[in-house]
Amino acid sequence: MAGKPKLHYFNGRGRMESIRWLLAAAGVEFEEELFETREEFEKLIQGGVLMYEQVPVVEVDGMNLIETRAILRYLAAKYNLYGRNLQEQAWIDMYVEGLKDLSDMIMFLPLSLPGEKEMNLEYILERATTRFFPVYEKALRDHGQDFLVGDRLRWADVQLLEVIFMAEECKPSVLAGFPLLQEFKARISYIPTICKFLQPGSQRKPPLDEGSIETVKNIFKFERGMFLKNMGTIVAEY
Amino acid sequence: MMAAKPKLHYPNGRGRMESVRWVLAAAGVEFDEEFLETKEQLQKLQDGNHLLFQQVPMVEIDGMKLVQTRSILHYIAEKHRLFGKDLKERTLIDMYVEGTLDLLELIIMHPFLKPDDQQKEVVNMAQKAIIRYFPVFEKVLRDHGQRFLVGNQLSLADIILLQTILALEEKIPNILSAFPHLQEFTVKISNIPTIKKFLEPGSKKKPPPDDIYVRTVYNIFMP
Repeated sequence: MAGKPKLHYFNGRGRMESIRWLLAAAGVEFEEELFETREEFEKLIQGGVLMYEQVPVVEVDGMNLIETRAILRYLAAKYNLYGRNLQEQAWIDMYVEGLKDLSDMIMFLPLSLPGEKEMNLEYILERATTRFFPVYEKALRDHGQDFLVGDRLRWADVQLLEVIFMAEECKPSVLAGFPLLQEFKARISYIPTICKFLQPGSQRKPPLDEGSIETVKNIFKFERGMFLKNMGTIVAEY
Repeated sequence: MMAAKPKLHYPNGRGRMESVRWVLAAAGVEFDEEFLETKEQLQKLQDGNHLLFQQVPMVEIDGMKLVQTRSILHYIAEKHRLFGKDLKERTLIDMYVEGTLDLLELIIMHPFLKPDDQQKEVVNMAQKAIIRYFPVFEKVLRDHGQRFLVGNQLSLADIILLQTILALEEKIPNILSAFPHLQEFTVKISNIPTIKKFLEPGSKKKPPPDDIYVRTVYNIFMP
């Protein structure tokens, strides 16, 4: 049968990180082919595996899966991390989409225009603590269960944990007003597969630093003001 | 007990809700709409905890208040068998839909760009459509010779692609000139009875965004 899933991306988090988290949480070993230059990326494009000439792409089960959400949904379904019925699936979808709005903002923060990073960071933290985290805190409080949906680990829990860590990297005390999320973080972090992923030596990637920001910009030819452009799309979720 | 009709909460225009209208219509599902016109109405929905993330679109359906466009589309598609027959087909549909939604996003945002940027953006949309997205779907249709994109039956992918093609044609009338299979696709899918009905005057399909719509949106959503 098929070998391990193979991930093609640059050597950093970006949009592939959620996929790494999900595979790791499911206890699935995976390989990575990480490109470092524009030339290597173009070679991948020419190889014809990228439907829309974009990454992430994950080779799995004889398919070249593209589009982050499509990849995540396939893996979640395959590894029993999705809903058991239509209603559970709807809740997981909603929770995950909300988290994506927040994680996209955090992901694009390093691409802020000079002089705007402080302001953007403040905006992210305000959104995190007033719009997003309250939703998940309430979900946990309302049903009193260990997980967001139903009684076992799902994709939404893995995604929430990932975004909690990302938000804490922006501000360590960001969970101060959210006792249930603090408990959730501790509890989910201790699940063996996830615990393993959180340890040094795993395939989890570090946040972008000055050097890797330049690499990313060169590979993907990002324009200036990428943060604002992305923000425009998110803010305009109407 | 007969289920209530789904109820859509959104301004009276296309925006992010239009895809939902398309899919419900294609599935032959009647729905009601409550149009947002003022900031106060939005505030009321938010204060009443009807919007999970304080945002619209929101669709009341089957006892839930669904938000997030993709979640809504998936729920409806899954419920009305517009999402393929197995995981592989669903994933293929998913990949096609995600690409198409990326293209549709440019159309949705267009009226809210500065006037100077709008013309440039039409060029950008046309390029993305012709170079990145249409060739993919043209090839899919050419390779399998079937009427629908996936699994020889109507799916979310066909509906969203048709929506996007028609929206682009409003701005760039000859956008399909190099894509004979997509031209045929457009005609065939448009002729499916439920979709044909949606394309006729008097349906719930919304007209292209105009200044009034843009102003309404700003009034409701700008702080």
